[in-house]
Amino acid sequence: MSVATVPRPPVAASSEEAPRPPRRAFVEQVMGLPVSVHVRGTVQSPEVDAAVGQVWSFLHKVDGLFSTWRDDSELMRLRRGELDGAAAHPWHEEVAQLCLQAQERTGGLFAAAYPGSGGYDPTGLVKGWAVEKAAAHLGNVPGISFCVNAGGDIVAGAGRESRPTPWRVGIEDPRRPGTIAASLDLTTGGLATSGTAARGLHIGDPRTGGAVERVGSVTVWGPSLLWADVWATALFVDPVAGRAALAAHDPAYRSFVL
Amino acid sequence: MRRITLWALSTLTTLVLLFSYHTSTSSKGSTVAAPVIGQAANGAAVPTPSATTPSDTSTTGSSTSGTSGSAATPTPSASASSSSSSSSSSSSSSSSSSAAKTYAGDAIGTRYGDVQVQITVKSGKITAAQVLQVPWNDNRDQEINSYAVPVLNSEVVQAQSANIDMVSGATYTSDGYIQSLQSAIDQAHL
Repeated sequence: MSVATVPRPPVAASSEEAPRPPRRAFVEQVMGLPVSVHVRGTVQSPEVDAAVGQVWSFLHKVDGLFSTWRDDSELMRLRRGELDGAAAHPWHEEVAQLCLQAQERTGGLFAAAYPGSGGYDPTGLVKGWAVEKAAAHLGNVPGISFCVNAGGDIVAGAGRESRPTPWRVGIEDPRRPGTIAASLDLTTGGLATSGTAARGLHIGDPRTGGAVERVGSVTVWGPSLLWADVWATALFVDPVAGRAALAAHDPAYRSFVL
Repeated sequence: MRRITLWALSTLTTLVLLFSYHTSTSSKGSTVAAPVIGQAANGAAVPTPSATTPSDTSTTGSSTSGTSGSAATPTPSASASSSSSSSSSSSSSSSSSSAAKTYAGDAIGTRYGDVQVQITVKSGKITAAQVLQVPWNDNRDQEINSYAVPVLNSEVVQAQSANIDMVSGATYTSDGYIQSLQSAIDQAHL
């Protein structure tokens, strides 16, 4: 693997900046990627530290249960038939039910299992579900607004007795990686982007069992990150049918197809 | 794609920005331009700028300007993306009196190699972003540059400055970019 390094340009550095609202950022490597939590407002408080800790704990726990990278995760043991569903953590049942709901709402454009998918795989839903649940811990903190970003799955909101603030989200241009194609403000709710990998297509079309053979991305946002994530996948699989289903079932969500 | 980009460039006041390890369809090498946020692409933070017109910016594939062919070393170039059609933005003047500060994101490993991004923050806004390190190889270009069905739901896009708080995207190679850009943003607020 060759790596080209671009020399850093000479840039005037200074510690002086215009005053900004108090803000803190936290980053943790979990679920195979760095997850960022940003908070504004009364950011220096034990409540903030505790809630952020709860966010990480929750995500690590989900990762341990649902990871497809760890052979010993409950999900993998369930898939191999080594673990009885009744003995598994109740989150598996919750997630499985949500997957069925998602399949129904999207008219089959989202599915955790379909011919050719290689077995039950709820991971397309789990990340959004988990990040949303994790972020809810921040909703108990007084005097803050927050935004959590897990690899482009983003949830924003406000703490207890707190006013939400807009977070500007840059949407990457899928054809010019590294270029932001658009930006929008997310104040409360979730936003997710789905698309193909540049190499190694990884989104399947449940209707055909094959991979979606195009490049591009779909961003969806609305009240819930979980559903934004589901719809982003569905609209990527089929923008036309996906939009129709979205309009019929979840009109509170908006989409942006690139 | 071209229409989308042109539309975006001409309609949004800012959009912006960042540029990439953009890749061409040429067989070898990838082109890297310095990502630029905001309208003043010729800010002090951008080395050896080579201005790109909006139409150039919107092209994809083999018609992309810049270094391609066998060049293995990314060459930064500035993208004067939206300057032709937008109103002024106070955040990106290179002569701004407030001092800029830079933050380098973590180098993020992708299957192609590491990606690292640096941002310049001035008055609490990101005024520039630059790729410090990118992987390059032969074949991902065509895939990245393939077309999708372009549908644009315009109601959402706000004509805003480039003061990005969070980044969302999808392609695998850019995961590294996004994560590193996000990392730099994180550090600016840590």
